[in-house]
Amino acid sequence: MRHEHPAPHEYSVVNKPTVHDSAVKHVSGTATYIDDIREPAGLLHVVPGWCRDAIRGRIISMDLEAVRNASGVVAVLTASDVPGKNDCSPSLGDDPVFAEGEIQFYGQVVFAVVAKTRDEARRAALLAKIEVEHVTPILTVGDAIDADITVLPDYQFRKGSPETGMAQAGRKLSGSMRIGGQEHFYLEGQVAMALPGEDGDMHVYSSTQHPTEVQHTVAKVLGQPDAAVTIEVRRMGGGFGGKESQANQWAALAAIAARATGAPCKCRLDRDDDMIMTGKRHDFRADWAVGFDDGGQIRAIDMQYFARCGYSADLSLGVVDRTMFHSDNSYYYPDAIINTRRLKTDTVSNTAFRGFGGPQGTLAAERVIEAIAISLGKDPLEIRKANFYREGRNITPYGMTVDEYETLHTIVTQLEASSQYWERREEVRTFNAGSHVLKKGLALTPVKFGIAFTLKHLNQAGALVHVYTDGSIHLNHGGTEMGQGLYQKVAQVVAEEFGVSLDRVRITATHTGKVPNTGPTAASSGSDLNGMAAKRAAEAIKARMVAFAAQEFDIEPELIEFRDNQVILGNEAMDFGALARQAHLNRIQLSEAGFYATPKITWERETASGRPFLYFAYGAACSEVTIDTMTGEMRVDRVDILHDVGHSLNPALDIGQIEGGFVQGMGWLTTEELVWDEKGRLRTHAPSTYKIPTASDVPAAFNVSLFESKGNPEDTIYRSKAVGEPPIMLANSVFSAIVDAVASLKPGVVPPLDAPATPEAILKAVTAMKRMESAAE
Amino acid sequence: MRDCIRFLHRGEIVEVNDFKPTDTVLDYLRLNRGLKGTKEGCAEGDCGACTVALGRVEGERVTYRPINSCILFLGQVDGAELVTVDDLAQDGTLHPVQQALVDFHGSQCGFCTPGFVMSLFTLYHAPDKTADRRIVTDWLAGNLCRCTGYRPIIDAALNSCFDAADDVFSRREAHTRKVLQSLADGRDALIGAESFFAAPATVEGLASLYEKHPDATIVAGATDVGLWVTKQLRELKKIIWLGRVEGLDRIEETTGGLLLGAGATYSVAEPYFSRVDPDLGELFRRIGSRQVRASGTVGGNIANGSPIGDTPPALIALGATLELRKGEAARTVALEDFFIDYGKQDRAQGEFVTGLYVPKLDPNQIFRTYKISKRFDQDISAVMGAFRFTVVEALITDARIAYGGMAATPKRAAGAEGALIGARMDDPSSWAAALKAILEDFTPLSDMRASAEYRREAARALLAKALMEAAGTDDAMTRVTGHRKLESVDAA
Repeated sequence: MRHEHPAPHEYSVVNKPTVHDSAVKHVSGTATYIDDIREPAGLLHVVPGWCRDAIRGRIISMDLEAVRNASGVVAVLTASDVPGKNDCSPSLGDDPVFAEGEIQFYGQVVFAVVAKTRDEARRAALLAKIEVEHVTPILTVGDAIDADITVLPDYQFRKGSPETGMAQAGRKLSGSMRIGGQEHFYLEGQVAMALPGEDGDMHVYSSTQHPTEVQHTVAKVLGQPDAAVTIEVRRMGGGFGGKESQANQWAALAAIAARATGAPCKCRLDRDDDMIMTGKRHDFRADWAVGFDDGGQIRAIDMQYFARCGYSADLSLGVVDRTMFHSDNSYYYPDAIINTRRLKTDTVSNTAFRGFGGPQGTLAAERVIEAIAISLGKDPLEIRKANFYREGRNITPYGMTVDEYETLHTIVTQLEASSQYWERREEVRTFNAGSHVLKKGLALTPVKFGIAFTLKHLNQAGALVHVYTDGSIHLNHGGTEMGQGLYQKVAQVVAEEFGVSLDRVRITATHTGKVPNTGPTAASSGSDLNGMAAKRAAEAIKARMVAFAAQEFDIEPELIEFRDNQVILGNEAMDFGALARQAHLNRIQLSEAGFYATPKITWERETASGRPFLYFAYGAACSEVTIDTMTGEMRVDRVDILHDVGHSLNPALDIGQIEGGFVQGMGWLTTEELVWDEKGRLRTHAPSTYKIPTASDVPAAFNVSLFESKGNPEDTIYRSKAVGEPPIMLANSVFSAIVDAVASLKPGVVPPLDAPATPEAILKAVTAMKRMESAAE
Repeated sequence: MRDCIRFLHRGEIVEVNDFKPTDTVLDYLRLNRGLKGTKEGCAEGDCGACTVALGRVEGERVTYRPINSCILFLGQVDGAELVTVDDLAQDGTLHPVQQALVDFHGSQCGFCTPGFVMSLFTLYHAPDKTADRRIVTDWLAGNLCRCTGYRPIIDAALNSCFDAADDVFSRREAHTRKVLQSLADGRDALIGAESFFAAPATVEGLASLYEKHPDATIVAGATDVGLWVTKQLRELKKIIWLGRVEGLDRIEETTGGLLLGAGATYSVAEPYFSRVDPDLGELFRRIGSRQVRASGTVGGNIANGSPIGDTPPALIALGATLELRKGEAARTVALEDFFIDYGKQDRAQGEFVTGLYVPKLDPNQIFRTYKISKRFDQDISAVMGAFRFTVVEALITDARIAYGGMAATPKRAAGAEGALIGARMDDPSSWAAALKAILEDFTPLSDMRASAEYRREAARALLAKALMEAAGTDDAMTRVTGHRKLESVDAA
């Protein structure tokens, strides 16, 4: 399939590597996060209280007298103090703001202290006496499978005739792997500040990716209409999915406290509380069986994904659906069963995390490929390529056709060359032959990631653009800024449309009063949706200005051009602001609400049919690692990445997303281990025990390039592609390289490596390999 | 007696006498001064978002060190220059490290950025350094970023921190030095009464104060005690800070060993240990982060009694002895005997650690130490092993082996030590008894850092590795990190 689009160099603002809109403020310490907003007089502080020895059980008694009497305490709130509905769930009504009657997981909020200082509130919160009738909790995937308990019904994709396919396949393999969860570790913890207004109004500053949902939640808990609640957020100190639904509760607490006391209230979580009380990436067990031929081509596959969802549904429907949508990664399955179970456990409810279930889906797919390669004694890259989507083999397990497979092939071919994969494969082989303790591994893995919310109605966005009479432009849209540079990208789009420099476009905080009924900034969709909505708003205003100018100056509209902060009128030119002023004097509307709904999306979950995605984003990564087979320690030696962003809106920001996403994914698969003890208490609830990558974990040889794209074949904003989530899965190459290193110990044996590949996990796999070796001898 | 603390901030001497002994510098900045540039990320000294720089006169110059302000008590800035992210840009012009972070796209969400700026500011002012990526990654190990993947920040550092310092701080260094010297008045400071923050100026003053208030908490860097306050919300009414005690931070190097004052920070001690053995340098480099090492002390690491402190196993293997003092009485104890049980040390009420003597290695001694953790930098060890073999013509005549993370205290591996006597370096089969004995030496626990099984297996692996390397195997073939031949990344 051929597609050609305007070359990026024709643009004046879009496609330029401009710095993040807040970069200077970031480095100066003047970028204002919610806890930095000058506090209103009389501000009170809210701290959630919880029961430190309960996992699950009925609340027998609750003695909060000492809490109430503690220094500085103004109010103590429980479920009975919620004026509206005691629920902060994104949809199903199963996440109480305050536990009511029973505690459902370790860290569940039972009450809240409102005090004059945060320190007083924190100290008072420790004084509660809560008696609980303990119930043996269900903690693990295995526990939940045994108990046969889920938060949502099982769901399956079925393609072709998998039973027949499996029966006809010449070779068969099966296995099982565990995939760990991940803590978001946004550097700015959860925070909200609520300011009560007149007539029941509530204005809430919330560090959220989903202001509209926070608005709905606050309205719901206060028993007020949505219109009484306004949510505002200028920026987050990181989100990564952890502030999609998980920001609701803290905004609700601040608002309930503000309503109860009549004072402005702020709720900022302590880091440990944050890590204990908020959901994480789902951990999984993936059981797989594959039938394939002698060439390693897959004939049929059976994937069973068991997701640990925690105590409530939260976003697990969509998350685990996305696991299914990415159970193929880039590989064609002629016949397939993709089955998922959403297991209910008495643990914190797992939630969105960059990739939204997709990474777990792809990691299991890579395990299948590696198993095939190892069993055939072939290089995994050969097997990967043999199974790529291609002409005539391009229908996914969910029925969508993959049209743009050539992009995937080209990326992998180019990366194979630029990373010198085959030369290094020989070097690795030579090294391993001469090295007893240390073993090297190499892997090149692809990424194909579907772009669109699989929940159809979320694929819409609004923007509000005003042109003032001095030519300055006010930009607002429903997307939120969490560091990804969305505000900057959308500002570039608007500046491009009006032909003005970026400094003419004033970026403003996301605000539910300006742009209503928005979806979350998630699913990598921020610039696709909001860029397009803002473009439409700008286009509408521009069209009116052109029509006015054509009439006013008696010139053909085609001869009017907006560029360099000017409006070119044939041989004449005038300042953009001068035209705005004249248009205003002639009663031309210079404000517009733009709206965009993603086209072509037709997915129907009930029938598992239709098209869930507008397009796919592609990339590939090649990683080399060295493991110590005595201790299990591991070092990443080199990483090469080639990633497709279509025509980039901003190459610098896109590179930032790719590098940052890769490293975050690498952390998920290596050093970041969530550990619960046998009682069900999270033991890794601080950066002292939960280890995200640090600077020295990133190899010096870290070569990241943007694929030279002909542009997105779909009509997206300036033919760009979404970039937020896909790079997480580039880190599969690190995990696969570790598998490759362990596999070198014993040809023909698939290393039983689980994620994350901590030193202990690697040593366990090494030890298992050695045992298999001795068993064979 | 002085009843306030004094420090230099924005060119002015600030005096504060109204604060709780456990008030942190971060809360002081954000809540009292309304300076919101410095961020709280974790309030436990692990993420670095709260990093500030403290300038003190070291030798002839003002040295700026990065500090986690979230767990630094306000009193600990006494006598220093306090520099925060709010102070760097001058008249609208960014500091070179700030400008480089902008130019290299080194910020995304920006919340960690003020901390990176301040760490880079201290690197910018560090003397005698070469533009080496390893120096940068070590310098930044205590600053977590969740957005960028670090590459642009490292590039920004490499491009801004390695020219001669030329900023307002370097230009007014002579003046700053004079002011800081004027603040060093040699008087004891005591702020408060029933509840107090005390900063005695002499060992005698310290001894008498502690004898009078044995219920006081002694802090050196507060890198652990700070968390008692920010995380456990413990009320510490009386704090005695060692940072001003004259001579307590001394390090004396003799031909036979190192004499270390209890107040010597890891950062200052690191090069001395590095010269004793490269593995010790690497061990120090991997303790906490630059921020933690600039505050934390070897003495504190010992006195604290943690079973997972990183220095005790190495110091025990080296045969270190500890000096303690109570009132006028001083005594010496072998370091391994100081650790009695979990949370219990051989330290009487009112007694405190004054120093440490660490023998250097004899020419016929081979030393190795290894740390296993989930992450290489700024992590607490799951298992830590230290080995000193005395070898006479390939015959092992003595072995001192100590582990951390394997028991309730740092502990010697008596069985393995005994089994090695008489083994030969040139005969790996003679190591078998020791490699078997090590599995019986400890009964480790399972926790969030590792399982008991892993710990036992890793302890054995480390002994085997130490023997392999001692017998001559190049560590390029036995280690994925911390190679001895690489130049130390120590830079001041």
